[in-house]
Amino acid sequence: MRLSSVERAMLAGEQGRATQKAMEILVALGTIYDAEHMVPVTSVQIAGVSYDNLGEAGLHFLTQLQVGGGKARVLTTLNPAGMDVENWQKLGIDPGFAGKQLQVIHAFARMNVITTCTCTPYLSGNVPHFGEHIAWSESSAVCYANSMLGARSNREGGPSALAAALTGRTPAYGMHLDEERRPGITFVVEADLVENDDYGGLGKAIGERMQALEGKPVPYIRGLKQASLENMKSFAASLATYGGAALFHMKGVTPEAGQFSPPGEAISISAADVVKAKLELTDGDPLQADFVSLGCPHLSIKEIARIAELLEGKQVVKEFWITTARPTKQIADRMGYSQVIEASGAKFAADTCCVVAPIKGRFSALVTDSAKACYYAAGKNQFQTILKPFDEVVLTAIGESHQEAA
Amino acid sequence: MNWEGRKIYAGVAEGKIIASQMGISFFGGVDPESGVVVERGHDLEGQSVSGKVLVFPTGKGSTVGSYTLYRLKRAGKAPIAIVNEECETITAVGCIIAEIPCVDQVPINELRTGQLVKVDGDQGLVTLLAE
Repeated sequence: MRLSSVERAMLAGEQGRATQKAMEILVALGTIYDAEHMVPVTSVQIAGVSYDNLGEAGLHFLTQLQVGGGKARVLTTLNPAGMDVENWQKLGIDPGFAGKQLQVIHAFARMNVITTCTCTPYLSGNVPHFGEHIAWSESSAVCYANSMLGARSNREGGPSALAAALTGRTPAYGMHLDEERRPGITFVVEADLVENDDYGGLGKAIGERMQALEGKPVPYIRGLKQASLENMKSFAASLATYGGAALFHMKGVTPEAGQFSPPGEAISISAADVVKAKLELTDGDPLQADFVSLGCPHLSIKEIARIAELLEGKQVVKEFWITTARPTKQIADRMGYSQVIEASGAKFAADTCCVVAPIKGRFSALVTDSAKACYYAAGKNQFQTILKPFDEVVLTAIGESHQEAA
Repeated sequence: MNWEGRKIYAGVAEGKIIASQMGISFFGGVDPESGVVVERGHDLEGQSVSGKVLVFPTGKGSTVGSYTLYRLKRAGKAPIAIVNEECETITAVGCIIAEIPCVDQVPINELRTGQLVKVDGDQGLVTLLAE
């Protein structure tokens, strides 16, 4: 791997211990994946923020880098934390956990990382544009940025994204290269999809088929007529969760799709395939469910407006968490949505989400519209899951869902 | 006997091999306090990787696994070196942050549990010292 004189100086420790450790990580990855050189990045998104996932060792590592003089050199934002930073008491978070979580956030802040604490950086001011090289480590956001924005990121882990932030570089391999972005398989969708959970089901159906293919080709998807931002954020999250995908092309939707003709090898996805994928994510009884959550990935302001509309004058009968980025919550405050939502007994959980909060053992069954949330609720927290359309999730929280018979 | 591989992380260590034919997921697959492999059905299940030269084909699972290697190191329970057939991101980053010598692209089927070896991460070399 060829390094510039600046990069060699970083590796030799001439810019401090933290920068050296960061460059060691990047050089090792470049070696493993046969990168010829480093490429400058313009944006970083760091996962591995919740103390629930980092533990004492992770906090120690971050503190070492901070003490070692680590500073982000490019726009760097943060994934959700394990709690609402301003409102953790109301959500039943243990004070010991809260203290550790704040230490994690402060360590990042001292390294000039902007502590957005959201998994949708593209809704909160970290919006790379077409062709930009970036290093992101939230799998749903990587898939969204590569596919919907046409930016270029590998699926980084927390430490490798942080290493990119501290050096402003990443090794040029994988998604940074034109040839690696070419589609290798066509998926023909023969179904009319409307709701976020439909798109989550589609992500699971395609993702699981991708896993079975040799060499994990980039999918080219056609057959969908239109899709909202909210649909696509749900789809990207699900495809990344179930298929490990960094990138997809979708005819008529994503910016790079027009550069390619659909690969000859094609798999069709029927309406029944999508229904099957969704049913596989429902193993609980919605009437017995004790936890309802929307916002995986974090909710847009449009989604929060819809929740307020549905909750106006109602009372929730189940614990209901609405997870979003702090700035989105602040807009909801200004518009009066938050007051309506909180008057119903539903709770905002800004900065965090039901995937990374320490809620194992607190609940037994989750109702959500997110296929990704179902995966982590079942695996990490051992909850039963119930996947429903967005409006039905809200209606379940107030005991008015019409779908319970199903 | 020498095996020439590729340097992933620097440092030199001598010790006995514990070898696996299977991928290892450090997050969830290895107890971070004891170094015992806990993944059900794994060929090293119930055995400790602590203080050994850990030989396995490649890493798998969650990227949080890098921090598991760091936790093991802090608990004094880490392997003293890692040798892979093909190293990947999780193991490489874990070795770098935990400062564990690591070499890959070695024919690991020639390495057996109990052999005494020297792993030289600076040169990318594995040397057999005793059967």
